[in-house]
Amino acid sequence: MSDLTKLTVAAARDAMRAGEVTSVELTEACIAAIDGADALGAFVHKTPELALEQAGAADARIKAGDAPGMCGIPMGIKDLFCTKGVASQAGSRILEGFKPEYESTVSAQLFDAGAVMLGKLNMDEFAMGSSNETSCYGNAVNPWRRGNDDTALTPGGSSGGSASAVAADLCLAATGTDTGGSIRQPAAFTGTVGIKPTYGRCSRWGIVAFASSLDQAGPMTKSVRDAAIVLGAMAGHDPKDSTSADLQVPDFEAMLTGDINGKKIGIPAEYRMEGMPIEIEKLWAEGADMLRDAGAEILDISLPHTKYALPAYYVIAPAEASSNLARYDGVRYGHRATLAQGDGITEMYEKTRAEGFGPEVQRRVMVGTYVLSAGFYDAYYNRARKVRTLIKKDFEDVFAAGIDAILTPATPSSAFGLGEMAEADPVQMYLNDVFTVTVNLAGLPGISVPTGQDKQGLPMGLQLIGRPWEEGDLLNTAYALEAAAGFMAKPGKWW
Amino acid sequence: MSIDLETAARVAKLARIKVEDDALPALADEFNTILGFIEQLNEVDVDGVEPMVSVTPMRLARRQDGVTDGNQQDKVLANAPDAREGFFAVPKVVE
Repeated sequence: MSDLTKLTVAAARDAMRAGEVTSVELTEACIAAIDGADALGAFVHKTPELALEQAGAADARIKAGDAPGMCGIPMGIKDLFCTKGVASQAGSRILEGFKPEYESTVSAQLFDAGAVMLGKLNMDEFAMGSSNETSCYGNAVNPWRRGNDDTALTPGGSSGGSASAVAADLCLAATGTDTGGSIRQPAAFTGTVGIKPTYGRCSRWGIVAFASSLDQAGPMTKSVRDAAIVLGAMAGHDPKDSTSADLQVPDFEAMLTGDINGKKIGIPAEYRMEGMPIEIEKLWAEGADMLRDAGAEILDISLPHTKYALPAYYVIAPAEASSNLARYDGVRYGHRATLAQGDGITEMYEKTRAEGFGPEVQRRVMVGTYVLSAGFYDAYYNRARKVRTLIKKDFEDVFAAGIDAILTPATPSSAFGLGEMAEADPVQMYLNDVFTVTVNLAGLPGISVPTGQDKQGLPMGLQLIGRPWEEGDLLNTAYALEAAAGFMAKPGKWW
Repeated sequence: MSIDLETAARVAKLARIKVEDDALPALADEFNTILGFIEQLNEVDVDGVEPMVSVTPMRLARRQDGVTDGNQQDKVLANAPDAREGFFAVPKVVE
């Protein structure tokens, strides 16, 4: 029964509770789908034995009654999450062979809720990238193609494996992380739903750090309802992460009424980019119409510092990365370079990091080192942090004026071909995050919802941005948008 | 601000990443592209603006100053490329 893998989390939960299917059956179907999908490069460490063991335990729990919603749901976990005894490499050669002795808080919460881990998912190295092309494992591939053209397309990044696996029905849901758009952009490129919650909603403990003031974990799913269910299990206060918020996690699923009557939705003028494809512009206008038809009030707003978000991000994120990645020195874990006669500890550091980090990671670590170095700290790093204050204030001002959510495109294009950006300078690739990065800088929740297809049949998504801690309200608006858009398309199976 | 080869080499050294001399020109070019992009920030009037410290206004939680963890030497060393006699082993640091 290969259709089992196509189930949503909600449908699988209900079917398991009704005794129509077991977690073991679901898990076996997913394992078979994964084994038949190596061409997608989504799963990079498979854990079928662990999965079946967890599934068996979940079935017993469901039988006993009172199992949580995630119980028995087969998932993929992004390689950035430390999973006990299972390779966790953050897509990097420098963490080759690393098997954590501990479990990240988010994956531990999912497992406590009964979720099943099918394996680890491909990603850009240290989550630095927008196409999954910087991974040490090789590319993850988008299950979607341009009509009958067999050009391999990117699933986006950095959570490219997560997006590909969910879109191709290899698992029911996946975890992702988002520092500048790494959940929302791949979701938009693959016709899936991805939410980055408010900064502090999910614990960062045990997630390999990229830029600590921006990183947040979130779910990647087949529907908004699933996003609500999985986020509920991932979120919550954790004393081990001092930035995790000590707030109650509401029942997000219960907040999905679909009623957005009277909600004020802002359309920011600054997100109308020069050279934006007409299809994206049209998608955006249609999305606004759908929300208006559902009873929301559509208002033009201004977020004046939008233009400066990406340059501020490319100071702050590399600065934090250069500090976070200092720990990869060949001493405590992962790769250590083979040393020549007479090499001392400095040569060990330098050779290890040159061999272990790929070009994009090296570039960002060095840019970060530069902007933090004596004489430039004020000119670059402090200035970027001041601009970040202004970007956050832009959002605070519109929310104070009564806006409930903001509608924008999720990406400036649909999925592009793998290798197509090889000749472009790094900044061209960075532009992928132009609509998503503001949300990380302001710490807000943002969700990408598939709402249409371009003329080549590729999915396109819209982003909704919500008030801090109001993921429930945001998910409900996304639920109304999803219902109105009625996006049901699936990629044709070629793999 | 333009990055010359000497600056590129210094940054690589500070970052403890070995970059061969013949790779420095390309690296300096990439730095210049990225820094050129970042230069836009100079257009923003940031007079009197506080640099952001924390994106969500929160006070860091305090806890008892007590031991909560420990006695896991084997686990701490389990992933080390080279561990001997209960320690991380590295090349000679002091002559």
